[in-house]
Amino acid sequence: MTMVDVPGTPSTGGAVTMTPPPRRRVLPGWAVYVIGIGLVVVMLATTSYLTGKPALTSSSTMQNTVLLALPILLAGLGGLWAERAGVVNIGLEGMMIMGTWGAAWGGLHGGPWMAVLCGMIGGALGGAVHAVATVTFGVNQIVSGVAINLLGAGIAKYLSTLIFFPLSSNPRESPSVERFDTFSAQPFSDWLLDLEREQRVGISDVAGLLRGMITGVSPMVMISVVLLVGSFFVLWHTRFGLRLRSCGENPIAAESLGVNVYLHKYIAVVASGGFAGLGGAALVLGSNPAIYAEGQTGGRGFIGLAAMIFGNWRPGGLLAGAGLFGYADGLRLSAGATTVHALLYGAVLILGLAVLWQLYKRRWVGAGTAALAAVGLYVIYLYTEELPREFLPYTPHIITLVVLALAAQRLRMPAADGIVYRRGSGA
Amino acid sequence: MIARLRGTVVAPLLAIVFSALLCAVALIISGANPASAMAAMVRQVGQSTVAVDILNGAAVYYIAALAVAIGFQMNLFNIGVEGQYRIGAIIAAIVGGAFVLPPVLHALVIVIVAALAGAGWAALPAFLKVTRGVNEVISTIMMNAIAFGVAAWLMRRDNFGQLIGNNVTTKPIAESGWVPGLSLGSRGTIFGLVLLAVALGIGYGFLMNRTRFGFELRASGESPTAASAGGVNAKKMVVIAMLLSGAVAGLIAMPEILGRDHAYTLNFAQGYGLTGIAITLLGRNHPVGIAFGALLWAFLDKSALALDNVGVPREIALIMQGSIVISVVIAYEIVRRVELTAEQRRVGRQLGTAEAPAPATVTAGAPPPGPPDAAAPSDDRPDSGGRA
Repeated sequence: MTMVDVPGTPSTGGAVTMTPPPRRRVLPGWAVYVIGIGLVVVMLATTSYLTGKPALTSSSTMQNTVLLALPILLAGLGGLWAERAGVVNIGLEGMMIMGTWGAAWGGLHGGPWMAVLCGMIGGALGGAVHAVATVTFGVNQIVSGVAINLLGAGIAKYLSTLIFFPLSSNPRESPSVERFDTFSAQPFSDWLLDLEREQRVGISDVAGLLRGMITGVSPMVMISVVLLVGSFFVLWHTRFGLRLRSCGENPIAAESLGVNVYLHKYIAVVASGGFAGLGGAALVLGSNPAIYAEGQTGGRGFIGLAAMIFGNWRPGGLLAGAGLFGYADGLRLSAGATTVHALLYGAVLILGLAVLWQLYKRRWVGAGTAALAAVGLYVIYLYTEELPREFLPYTPHIITLVVLALAAQRLRMPAADGIVYRRGSGA
Repeated sequence: MIARLRGTVVAPLLAIVFSALLCAVALIISGANPASAMAAMVRQVGQSTVAVDILNGAAVYYIAALAVAIGFQMNLFNIGVEGQYRIGAIIAAIVGGAFVLPPVLHALVIVIVAALAGAGWAALPAFLKVTRGVNEVISTIMMNAIAFGVAAWLMRRDNFGQLIGNNVTTKPIAESGWVPGLSLGSRGTIFGLVLLAVALGIGYGFLMNRTRFGFELRASGESPTAASAGGVNAKKMVVIAMLLSGAVAGLIAMPEILGRDHAYTLNFAQGYGLTGIAITLLGRNHPVGIAFGALLWAFLDKSALALDNVGVPREIALIMQGSIVISVVIAYEIVRRVELTAEQRRVGRQLGTAEAPAPATVTAGAPPPGPPDAAAPSDDRPDSGGRA
């Protein structure tokens, strides 16, 4: 899908875009990333201190964050692979549902590793349908995605009634399957726990966040980290990755250089389904008890897509997006409405920084808008006790809309993303 | 004419047969008899109120599909119909329950409020698209989810929710706001607002094919560059199409609320928006095609209940619906390509039989006939080709 709709762009994929010369960067990308993480931690610690809500940076919140960010991250990786090869995949949700069913079935028959494998296969099958429809037959990618969401949900419901119903006597659920054993990095975990308990400003916050990341870690987390880093390496540092991305940027040019565009798109879309299915497996194995349940995905496929767009079609950004959405969800679970309310205060702090930055850059309108928003949020913070509970699950969606509204023009999607390509159409 | 009919009728028929075969195979693998399943589904239509249920369901689906189709006509993917109809339904139910007006007027006000609320929920994605360049697909998906939150919040007991029996509903609409149906005794009652669906269908057909607005809308869908060169304001068209689509989406729940439930309840039906997208694809944005699609969908929905009696999980109907949609879109694409090749061959033959004119004069003198999309093979419209 074209995130930034450029009027007058030819729809044949032969868009000749003049890329402006890259801005001179003072800092390398990774440094910006590290500084960003540091700022977020400082913001959370300050908010936690000033509002007296230690749950904001507690290790249980962080543990939930990791658990809930995993499916989003994996779905987002699926989106990344497909869209980097120029195929929009809003069928991620349906593929994820097929993954949850596959994972529960595999888990029943062969333990957690089988669940992971079968979840991946379930999703990859959905991906294969999407690939056949969009690459071979050139069906509009959004249309095919919608159809796969319908189909995936239908297949999972049918198979669940057929196979799980006799076992669990509930057509909407599977019997519980075995989960992964979890690990904690000892003795760091206990040492960090001591630090966290002391409630010292800053140090305890960092200790809590770190401890959440290294306590109760399931192999699923490690798999996801490996896949994330692996995807970055494969897509950006191998010949295959370059070819795959060239299919998403300019398939005509890629084909003229001898790249088999169809093959690369097929691989990307099937892999995309596999990642989404893996996300479904993470969902099944991460729930307690570990079961398949109807409606379990709850739109996480779409959120994964949003996280990828939030991350500007890059793995690092995707991780940040998934982390943010996972945190919003995890905080709601482990702390509740009044603590999420404290995040408003954090948002005010961030907006305050934004005002200073805009003033420094002499952008008066931007500074004014940010200041207005900050004052507005602060007033809301002062005059309410908690956010309406009903809105909490939708925090990621609202954040996505705000980010898109503010930054859609800075995001850069693959140039030929969403455009149907037919072999030989460049001739 | 006949050739066009062949293109538009054969493709969906083939797709339906293909999906039926696919489901038959699935049934055989799971150890059931597809023939008896099919027979049970057809028999079900004659049972108690099923036929009327199908008609009522189809009317609701029809409105949903029209809402989607308005956007599709100009390549605008309003995935947000789901959220827009939810917001339209709950706001209309709250407003309708708040006061009493003379009979016809009351219902009219409710319907108008529903349309306005639906359009209002579509306004933000439209605004973001034209001012900030945010793609409507992702923004409407987000708005769908947020609509659930807004509806849940409005239904809180300290807002507009009331506990009636063991169900939370909005304040019931007074009898003056009801729209009476056509009662067929034990066969059920046809919603009065089935007529609304028919009227919307006629209005849609007229708007798209007989007005300047419809022409500009379709032109912007066919080729944004050509349309803007012809003086069509693309941004204005996006906003109008989105708001119109949202307004129609707001009406989706009206037949059920004004004809049966008289309130918005917690177990309010969901998923009509997605269904609407699927049916629009089946009917290729054509008012009559959509009507057939809606009837087929409602038939599969309602008569699948009979499958439990013959020991087949009724969810097979969901697979059938999903596979019909995906095979229909593939079939349309194949037919379009076949027609395109045939067209090219025909033009080529005509050029060949002409008495050796200079190529330039031929192209200038006899521009190749056919739909404008014949010139853009890699265009990614959902509805390309075969349209009137």
